[in-house]
Amino acid sequence: MAAHNLKHALFCAIVTLVIAYPILGFNLVASGTDIILEGAKTRTVILVLLAAVAVFLFQLFRDNVMALLGKAPALNPLANRQPMEQGKRLKLESIVLTLIIVGALFWPFFVSRGAVDLATLVLIYIMLALGLNVVVGLAGLLDLGYVAFYAVGAYTFALLSQYYGFSFWLALPLGALLAALFGLVLGFPVLRLRGDYLAIVTLGFGEIIRILLNNMTSLTGGPNGIGGIPDPTLFGMEFGRRVKEEGNTSFHETLGIAYSSEHKVIFLYLIALVLAVITALVIRRLMRMPVGRAWEALREDEIAARSLGLSRTAVKLSAFTIGAFFAGFAGTVFASKQGFISPESFVFLESAIILAIVVLGGMGSQIGVILAAIAVTTLPELAREFSEYRMLIFGAAMVLMMVWRPQGLLPMRRTHIELKAQE
Amino acid sequence: MLDVQNLSMRFGGLLAVDQVSLDVQEHEIVSIIGPNGAGKTTVFNCMSGFYKPTGGKILFEGKEIQGTPDYKISRLGMVRTFQHVRLFNSMTVVENLLVAQHRHLNNNLISGLLKTPNYRTREKKSLDRASYWLERVGLLELANVEAGNLAYGQQRRLEIARCMVTEPKLLMLDEPAAGLNPSETRDLNQLIVSLKEDYNVSVVLIEHDMSLVMDISDRINVINQGRPLASGTPDEIRNNDDVIKAYLGEA
Ligand SMILES: Nc1ncnc2c1ncn2[C@@H]1O[C@H](COP(=O)(O)OP(=O)(O)O)[C@@H](O)[C@H]1O
Ligand SMILES: [Mg+2]
Repeated sequence: MAAHNLKHALFCAIVTLVIAYPILGFNLVASGTDIILEGAKTRTVILVLLAAVAVFLFQLFRDNVMALLGKAPALNPLANRQPMEQGKRLKLESIVLTLIIVGALFWPFFVSRGAVDLATLVLIYIMLALGLNVVVGLAGLLDLGYVAFYAVGAYTFALLSQYYGFSFWLALPLGALLAALFGLVLGFPVLRLRGDYLAIVTLGFGEIIRILLNNMTSLTGGPNGIGGIPDPTLFGMEFGRRVKEEGNTSFHETLGIAYSSEHKVIFLYLIALVLAVITALVIRRLMRMPVGRAWEALREDEIAARSLGLSRTAVKLSAFTIGAFFAGFAGTVFASKQGFISPESFVFLESAIILAIVVLGGMGSQIGVILAAIAVTTLPELAREFSEYRMLIFGAAMVLMMVWRPQGLLPMRRTHIELKAQE
Repeated sequence: MLDVQNLSMRFGGLLAVDQVSLDVQEHEIVSIIGPNGAGKTTVFNCMSGFYKPTGGKILFEGKEIQGTPDYKISRLGMVRTFQHVRLFNSMTVVENLLVAQHRHLNNNLISGLLKTPNYRTREKKSLDRASYWLERVGLLELANVEAGNLAYGQQRRLEIARCMVTEPKLLMLDEPAAGLNPSETRDLNQLIVSLKEDYNVSVVLIEHDMSLVMDISDRINVINQGRPLASGTPDEIRNNDDVIKAYLGEA
């Protein structure tokens, strides 16, 4: 055992050296028209060596360290909490939720514009993560190309507004429906695939959509993106200083208040909030319906599910379609918030982040996913200085989570169903 | 009601099932016995649509069903359990039963989202059916426990209850007594007889526990190395020389 550990630790240390030295050690320096490769500075060499030693020591004493980490949950004050009585808990939950939503409604009027903007982004991620939670958390289908549906929603709105002058409210359902249609179409070829294979195909699909958007320059503007996407209106009232579209009125003039660019930001935030709440409620309801149970049954045991008459095709397609639908929703809001979109916004990293939110939050758990969405989107903004290390911190957090709490922040709790005894 | 004619199933070079025939009438318990690897489970897999047989016919209520997809077969009223229990482990006991009733509940999405009265009535009916069967197999107190946390014998009973809430005409049980203790086996014995007597379900039973098989079967089919060896009433099988040599003698 010890010898094996030593060998493994040596191997890991060497891998660290081999990877870290060229990446951190060599620098490409431009001198005139040439680019020269510059060797490592002593400081870097020492740091890389230290890192290798650290990896070596960790791998050598890995079992002990992991055992210590394993004890950590005991320190978590919430771990051994007694479950509350059913009725009381439901009441408490609904009170807390109502308070949070009411708070969220009024909160933007008291904070800075930047904060509201960030909150809108958080809400968009919440919608995305809740939608992906259906596919990954409930139906157990690992989808790495989820961002494609987000892109479909955003581009639907952008293109419809650019070419046909559609407004936000018309584009919202259309974007979601079109994304759902894409979900359905992608669903068909991947029905038979499972696990890794499914992940690879969906990953490819996500990239295909992005590359298409990048290359169909005449339609989508390619890498230049599409700008001038209109803001949402409130009963025909626009939020700009001057009315852009014939027949609309302006919000501040109608209400007789001074123009403020904050109105628009807050309005968008409120729309996102309402849509996020709708998303959460609809999915929550679906989870307690036959479709929702069918998703989970298929995740748990496909053979048993089929033996009970569940059609794999119908169940998987419904999960894909509904997940995509909400991504389309989020995409439309995103396009409206940014006013400009380009394929840049829909790279694989986005899919990875949304997936990370679902995994960190606890697969299948809505509250967990919402909390994780808030954490993952706001923390990098709060820690701007570390933005270079964002992905590093992200990776470390994922590894720690998998060791410490593999079931996620707030794992899904089953609903309690009251049964009456029959006579 | 069920008529299997000259069923064959070949896996590459292996003829796992070779010309097996059996029939099940209404209100009957028919057993399939045979040593391990005889091909019993494979027969079930063909009957339940998991495999497409390479030869022969399967008629259910007069219609040929060989090669029909599995989920359609169970909708015809033929459901099965598995040799190794297959529950939806991280779902609760009652959710396991609700999944099985999706057909009774299968309203469209909108009526479910809006909780229309029609939807509620159906939902209540399936909950009632679930609690009825949980009570029947003695799992009512455990309704909200995750199925994976049940004891082995309880999991077996839940699997049968999960079949019964679909209101099948024919139930296929693959070694339901495997791993049960003698008292649990006695309960199972009574349960299976009651399924036939009180709920008018025909049963096809694969089982190694000979006392159980001899006790409750109306007829028995013996297969050995994929081939039919004998069939008849328990008494005929008990006294059949081939069977004694090939199977009973070895036990
Ligand atoms: N999917 C399969 N592929 C290849 N061989 C199989 C498959 N299923 C069963 N077999 C083989 O068929 C034979 C019969 O198996 P089975 O029906 O499980 O026997 P029993 O249930 O009577 O113990 C065994 O030799 C088994 O290895
Ligand atoms: Mg078997």
